[in-house]
Amino acid sequence: MKLDMKNIHIKNGQLVDPLAGTENTGDLFIADGKIVGVGSAPAGFVADEVIDATGLVVAPGLVDFAARLREPGQEYKATLASEMAAAVAGGISSVVCTPDTDPVLDEVGLVTMLRQRSKTLDLARVYPVGALTRGLKGVEITEMAQLHEAGCVAFSQGDVPIADLQVLYRAMQYAANFGFELRLRPEEASLVNDGVAHDGPYASRLGLTGIPVVAETIAIAQITQLMRATGCKVHLARVSSAAGLELIRAAKREGLKLTCDVSINHIHLVDLDIGFFDSQYRFDPPLRSVADRDAIVAALNDGTIDMICSDHAPVDDDGKLLPFAQAERGATGLELLLPLTLAWARSNKISLPQALAKISSTPAKALGFDAGLAVGNRADLLLFNPQASWYVIPEKLKSQGKNTPFIGHEMIGKVAKTIVKGKVVYSA
Amino acid sequence: MYNPQLNAQGELIHLLTTEGLPRRVLHQILDKAAEFVSGGELVNQKFADLAGTSVFNLFFENSTRTRTTFEIAAKRLSADVSSLNIQASSTAKGETLLDTVHNLEAMGANLFVVRHSESGAAHLIAKHVKPGIAVVNAGDGRHAHPTQAMLDMFTIRHYKGDFTNLRIAIVGDVLHSRVARSQIHALSTLGCPDIRVIAPKTLLPTGVENLGVHVYHDMAEGLKDVDVVAMLRLQNERMAGAYLPSTQEFFKYYGLTPEKLALAKPDAIVMHPGPMNRGVEIDSAVADGDQAVILPQVTFGIAVRMAVLSIVTANQKGLL
Repeated sequence: MKLDMKNIHIKNGQLVDPLAGTENTGDLFIADGKIVGVGSAPAGFVADEVIDATGLVVAPGLVDFAARLREPGQEYKATLASEMAAAVAGGISSVVCTPDTDPVLDEVGLVTMLRQRSKTLDLARVYPVGALTRGLKGVEITEMAQLHEAGCVAFSQGDVPIADLQVLYRAMQYAANFGFELRLRPEEASLVNDGVAHDGPYASRLGLTGIPVVAETIAIAQITQLMRATGCKVHLARVSSAAGLELIRAAKREGLKLTCDVSINHIHLVDLDIGFFDSQYRFDPPLRSVADRDAIVAALNDGTIDMICSDHAPVDDDGKLLPFAQAERGATGLELLLPLTLAWARSNKISLPQALAKISSTPAKALGFDAGLAVGNRADLLLFNPQASWYVIPEKLKSQGKNTPFIGHEMIGKVAKTIVKGKVVYSA
Repeated sequence: MYNPQLNAQGELIHLLTTEGLPRRVLHQILDKAAEFVSGGELVNQKFADLAGTSVFNLFFENSTRTRTTFEIAAKRLSADVSSLNIQASSTAKGETLLDTVHNLEAMGANLFVVRHSESGAAHLIAKHVKPGIAVVNAGDGRHAHPTQAMLDMFTIRHYKGDFTNLRIAIVGDVLHSRVARSQIHALSTLGCPDIRVIAPKTLLPTGVENLGVHVYHDMAEGLKDVDVVAMLRLQNERMAGAYLPSTQEFFKYYGLTPEKLALAKPDAIVMHPGPMNRGVEIDSAVADGDQAVILPQVTFGIAVRMAVLSIVTANQKGLL
């Protein structure tokens, strides 16, 4: 047992278990990095620390399914240390990171180094997604099996679509051979072309080159056809359109091993929010129409969309203070995942266990562990005040990326403590 | 959403787009421009409106005609004018757009005239300049070319008197045209009841009808009984590839010939923002014909730019 591992007694919290779908007030007991008691302490338990959780929700730590950590190679945008601090400040105990670092995560050594660095930091757990093709160039597939052994939980192209379907076909065959999952952004590059915003009346008005919805639907159609041909498991990342969600709904009905996520931004924002070319609203995929956003919300409510991710992408000011089309895409998101998910739940009358499932137990399941409050589960926990409000002030964010369209917005739901491996790693 | 072109009193402090400007402001520009025109010609006189003002023409994209007319306009108003062809200088060395602007601010700039290949560049600059400095958009990407649109409005008002009973057709590459977008917004605000766009589907922006225009793909239908035909320049680089099969085919179906023009009202005027591609979007017989007002447009362009520079400068100084 590590010297700093304490027996913790969390007292009188609102225990929300998204895995069991339950909500009770009570106590929770932690020892050896695990939950050892719910309601009452196990025999012989002596608490080193007692946390009074009166008025706080006690839930499994959040699992963010897509974050860019920028290290290695883009430390001027963010470091592993800064983003892990942001993760735990956002109640996230497990971060799935994308392979689009520089160099990209396409070699065992790099994956090992990343995991080692994150272990040394000892904040949130890091789950690397390996590159699907070498250098994300879409030409040669990577040593997936060895990368998997090194700790990669799945394989993806980040935001770079594979142009050559033959390569994607082979990659899916190869991945299926080992039972690996691919995380693919459904986007047909030739239809994106030089597009920068949703192809609709608003982009036309602003004179911004449009990315049509068919860029997404054609890619989904291709991917699902290749799934039928190869038996590969696929997770579709950041779905953005109503038409795309219809295809996913049909594929799921058919029984394909398909899951998908949506970003916090696309639940709340639409193309009209771009206003006068505000580059804070430049995203990949682009923010789509009100009807698409409404379809996203409906698909979250009915379970077509399995999970919500932060799509965290720390961007520095130099990357944002440019004309819209030249500005970097993305926004910081780790610290906004919880409140923006809660905002969706509130406005759609979704229960707390159901809402938290989208950002904890469901993505955890995909990573192979249970994010619940049962005895024996990991003591990766989040304590938050569901009523407390706060404002997004860039300087107060822990992430090195200060850019987000939610600057100045009121968030409801404030993280009080984050516990990872039985240790308090963040206290407000 | 607040309008970054207007100050708290609703006065024009930048001209970035014709979209969202009150009708009052559009008329103010037209009326002010009229002060600089007499009998269809520029008043041959120098004005002091911009005396002591440093105007920087920042052209991040090539242009001879627009840059020259802005230079002439600023000089006629007694400004000190510097024109920078940025493509060949700072930004090529890696300086960002805003770095360039802040450097010129430090050199005492009072007004920036900006042309840039990216939509929204002028908005970005206007958002980041110091208080008291005006920005005039001289064309940004596909987004806006407000002074061109206003000189078109001036031309229409000069020949037709009023906007509220006109049928106007905008013809050609609307997709890539900042001029068309600015014309549509200005015409809508000025009360034009029937704005038409005529183009093949490949050259129309998605959802263009949401801008309040009627869409035609056929010249014969679209030009019927119109009062004004506003031709757009077809960028030759658009001809290759999948937008259009050839210049010949485009000319045959969408080029303005005397026969097609005959479908419009007999007294219809023909406008073109220039430079023209004769035999591609317009027949020489039309370009040089009685109904063409293309050269007066150029003259009015200087008056309108003088008006805009004068108004934004005065409002920035708080003198009006």
